Amino acid sequence: MNGNDSDSENVWQSAVSDWSADKQILSMSWGKLMMWIFLLSDTFIFSIFLIGYMSVRMSTTESWPMTSEVFALTIAGHHIPLILIAIMTFILITSSGTMAMAVNFAYQGKKKTAVYLLLLTALLGISFVGMQAFEWTKLIVEEGVRPWSNPMGAAQFGASFFMITGFHGLHVSAGVILLLVVAKRIHQGRYDKKGFQIVEITGLYWHFVDLVWVFIFAFFYLW
Amino acid sequence: MSEVTANQHPISMYLKVWLLLFVLSSFSYMVDIFQLQGVLRWTLILIFMFLKAGLIIAVFMHVAWERMALKLILFIPPIAILVFIALMGIEANYVFLNRLLVFITP
Repeated sequence: MNGNDSDSENVWQSAVSDWSADKQILSMSWGKLMMWIFLLSDTFIFSIFLIGYMSVRMSTTESWPMTSEVFALTIAGHHIPLILIAIMTFILITSSGTMAMAVNFAYQGKKKTAVYLLLLTALLGISFVGMQAFEWTKLIVEEGVRPWSNPMGAAQFGASFFMITGFHGLHVSAGVILLLVVAKRIHQGRYDKKGFQIVEITGLYWHFVDLVWVFIFAFFYLW
Repeated sequence: MSEVTANQHPISMYLKVWLLLFVLSSFSYMVDIFQLQGVLRWTLILIFMFLKAGLIIAVFMHVAWERMALKLILFIPPIAILVFIALMGIEANYVFLNRLLVFITP
C-alpha cells in the first residue's frame, strides 16, 4: 500500500493483535473442537473415494459386478444375498449405541459401567474388522478379485472395493485401539480430576466411523 | 454446552434411536432382498441412508444440542462436496459417451 515503514508495521501489528486476541469463537474444549475439525477433513477424504468410485462406475462400458451376488453367503444350505454386509451393518450400529451409552454413563460418573460399555464397543469393532478380513479373503482367494481385474465384470470394481472398505477398516481398527486406551485410562483413574470429556471425543470418532459405513453400505453395496 | 446436556438425556433415548437405526437398516437391506430396481431402488436407498445419517449425527454425535457456530463449521464446507459430485457426474457421463463412440464405432 504505502512504503512508510512505521505504517506497514502498524498494519502487521494490527493483524497480529487480531489473531492473537484472547477471543474464543466456539464454547468447547480444544480437544473436542480438533476432533470435529479432523472429522470434517475425514469427510472430505471419504467423499473423494466415493466420488472416484462414482466416476469409474458411471464411465465404464463393462457391466458392474452384482454386489448382492458377490457378497452372498450360503448358510445352512440357504443362499442369502448380501448377508455378511447386513450383519456387519447391524454390528456397527450396535457398537454406536453402546458407545453413546458409554458417554452418558461416563458423564454420570459411573466409571465401571462406562469402561464395560467401551470394552463392549471395542469388541464389536473387532468382530466387524474380523468379518471384513473374512470378506476380503473370500473375495481374493475364492473369487479372484484383484485391484486391476475380476472375473465378474468391470475391472474398476476391485480397486474401488479395496480402497474404500480398506480405508474404512483402518479407521475401525484405529478406533478399537483408541477405545481400549481410553477404557484403560478411565480404569486407572486418569480422568477422575480432569473430567470425562475424552469419552465424548472418542465417541465422536466412533460414531463417524459408523456414519461413513452408512454411506458405503448405500452406495457401494446396495446401489 | 454438551457437558451439561450429555448427562441430561435418558438412556431410553439412545435405545430408541438404536432401535430406529436397526429398523431403517433392515428396510435398506429389504430393498436388496426384494430386488427393487431403477428409480424406486435408488430413492429408497437414499431416503434410508439420509435418515440413518441424520439420526447418527443429530443424536449420537449430539449435534442437535450444539451451538450454531459449530453447525456452520460442519455443514457449510461439505457444500463443496456436492458441487464436486455434480462436476464429476457430468465428467463421467462425458467419458462414458466418448467411450461408447470410440469402442463401438468401427
